[in-house]
Amino acid sequence: MEALKEELKSKIIEQLNLEDVSVDEIADDDPLFGDGLGLDSIDALELIVMLDKDYGIKLADPKEGKKIFESVGTMADYIAQHKTK
Amino acid sequence: MKPVYINSVASISAQSTFDNSVFLEDIAEHTDNVIRAMNPNYKEFIPPAAARRMAKGIKMGVATSKIALKEANLENVDAIITGTGLGCIADSEKFVSKIINDNEEYLTPTSFIQSTHNTVAGQIALGIGCKGYNFTYVHSSISFESALLDAKLQLENDEAQNILVGGVDELADHHIKIHKLVNHIKKDVVNSRDLLESGTKGAVFGEGASFFVLSNEKSETTYAQVLDVTAYNSLPAEELQNGLKSFLHENSLEIEDIDIVVLGNNGDIDYDTYYNLLSQGSLKNTAQVYYKHLCGEFNTASSFGIWMATKMIRTQRIPEAVRLNGIQPSKIGTVLLYNQYRGENHSLVLLRGC
Repeated sequence: MEALKEELKSKIIEQLNLEDVSVDEIADDDPLFGDGLGLDSIDALELIVMLDKDYGIKLADPKEGKKIFESVGTMADYIAQHKTK
Repeated sequence: MKPVYINSVASISAQSTFDNSVFLEDIAEHTDNVIRAMNPNYKEFIPPAAARRMAKGIKMGVATSKIALKEANLENVDAIITGTGLGCIADSEKFVSKIINDNEEYLTPTSFIQSTHNTVAGQIALGIGCKGYNFTYVHSSISFESALLDAKLQLENDEAQNILVGGVDELADHHIKIHKLVNHIKKDVVNSRDLLESGTKGAVFGEGASFFVLSNEKSETTYAQVLDVTAYNSLPAEELQNGLKSFLHENSLEIEDIDIVVLGNNGDIDYDTYYNLLSQGSLKNTAQVYYKHLCGEFNTASSFGIWMATKMIRTQRIPEAVRLNGIQPSKIGTVLLYNQYRGENHSLVLLRGC
């Protein structure tokens, strides 16, 4: 699980081009949206595509996203339970 | 008709040009066939949250527009008009590559949103809250001149008082690869000092952005007056000298009235002949300068030429590195610019100090 969290942090930084953020600066429970990393709706789309492409997870219900993308920790939990690749 | 003035200038190029307090005092020499623009500290101009989605062309355009607005003591303008040959080509390449590499799946919005030709003008407008006329001209190597002409007409007719006008183009990997394949980029690397003596086909490609605030009111920051702009999609070499004479006559000028001519030579043995016709013909007794060894060739490189011309008018100085001949004008008042790319899309621009 720890390895997955580190992997997710690296992917978030790379795919969302967070130039001034390093893996060490993102805590597992930091909010991804709002006060934490400050991501927005376009980033949410990028993260949804990342789940599909890298882990084979298709989010059918948009309401699910709010909980899944709360933090790196919640994302890692969801991926560990639902990944198909 | 009202006169049109250039009230501020800004440029990001392969030289250290983003600091307006200096003018080509230290020349960066390049030995390559593709030269990149030097990056200022973009954080001084663009919030990090916005900058992370911007490719280099957008960053260059937004940063230069802010420098130009600041110098003109303006926070907003009536219109934003840009010229670009290739628009946001880097994001276009990124988006199309994703379509191909991911078999038309997993497409994300960021690079698509930022890939249009009007992205730079749009981002500038969003940044300053300009809801006025917003237009981008995409006309190969007369893209910038088209933007300049549009602004000039609007200001002359008093349809606007202050217009931000700029030219921007960026380099991108596939773009470079394709132009190398068709030999539009020189096969061998060239030192920028030796560009015009290379004796080979093709050009050294570059990138950059130059922005100007044009106004129909003279101010304490005014650099020059824009007397005239004209462009031709095609102009046979044998008609070039007559084309120039007609252009000058329309402005009640003779060759002798031109203090400096700024030429767009790029070292391509096949097409520098157009410039040579003028530099060795009707303009042989006029002070001549060139600039593409400093910034490289790109569709809006002529906007760098205008930047250089305005700086020469302001400082009354010709940097040694740009001289094509040894003629020293008694003053730098009236400046003519001529540019073309691969024998097409010719432009003539007349500036006058004031």
